[in-house]
Amino acid sequence: MSAHATPRPGIPADETDAHTWTGRARQWLLKKLPPDKLLPEDQPSYVASWAYVFGMGAIASLLWIIISGIVLGLNGPQWYHVSSLGSFVNSTHLWSVELFFIFMVVHLWLKFWMAAWRGGRVLTWITGVLSFVVSIVAAFTGYLLQTNFDSQWIAFEAKDALNAVGVGAWFNVANVGQLFAWHITLLPLAVGAVVVLHVLLVRVHGVAPPLEAAESDAQLLHHRPESTQSPESTESRDAVR
Amino acid sequence: MTGWLVASLGTVGDGTYFGWDGFTIQSGNLIVIVVMIILFVLALVLPFPGGKRRK
Ligand code: HEM
Repeated sequence: MSAHATPRPGIPADETDAHTWTGRARQWLLKKLPPDKLLPEDQPSYVASWAYVFGMGAIASLLWIIISGIVLGLNGPQWYHVSSLGSFVNSTHLWSVELFFIFMVVHLWLKFWMAAWRGGRVLTWITGVLSFVVSIVAAFTGYLLQTNFDSQWIAFEAKDALNAVGVGAWFNVANVGQLFAWHITLLPLAVGAVVVLHVLLVRVHGVAPPLEAAESDAQLLHHRPESTQSPESTESRDAVR
Repeated sequence: MTGWLVASLGTVGDGTYFGWDGFTIQSGNLIVIVVMIILFVLALVLPFPGGKRRK
């Protein structure tokens, strides 16, 4: 084997190395998201604001939703609807959902007023929208699993709408067993996957500079003084890190 | 058996509603919306701890 075909570990392979899809995928990933972009050491000073904390608040709440949800699922409804410890864990599950949505909506408002979709961050915005939509469906199935009169009311209000759009057979709100599967496997996996994509996209593009950042802003340019691109664009954003 | 059945049914109250001129909102929903607006404003006005030190 030639030295060319076996790059030493840790040394990035050069373009000519990729003959296989794995190699090309590795090169594409390393180019899009090099390790220092994935796990950066610091952020520009404008990120030191509460306005940038709410995404992380949503992630923290989501983590507790998942942990408490695993405990609930493993112990079953006879535990969480009857014992006092079970009811307590059930309540922390509900309240972390309340926090999750509160943080997510404040995050959405902040990103909207910052126009944080600027500079090629469309997919970050769209994965945000998706996470909102999928989270609502997940929360909806959760409310149905209360199996009380409240959830019965919600289910039978929703049933007609779901039948009208033709999904009633696969998403049958009157079938608790089916809803349990949706609520504890499919929808959490979907929320998790969309959130992971969303955060990876934030890392790929870096944090959007403030609206009032001038093109000559030292923080946006000091690594690449020759850059002529708008500070909002992803390419010149290398300098923003 | 009946114990856990009854317990799992739980009790759901009517809720408290506020309304003005044909507009009504349940207290829980109103509280959540007001909390979100307060958090939004606080996030803009409160200084971030240690922010000045950052590069
Ligand atoms: C599951 C809910 C969500 C989670 C866990 C989440 C998480 C995050 C995190 C951790 C960040 C980076 C830090 C920050 O700026 O706060 C971020 C950025 C961002 N989020 Fe979300 N987010 C969620 C929902 C949304 C929604 C609903 C939208 C809008 C529709 C959205 C739009 C954005 C945008 C555009 C950015 C990039 C900001 C920038 O580059 O400056 N996110 N998100």
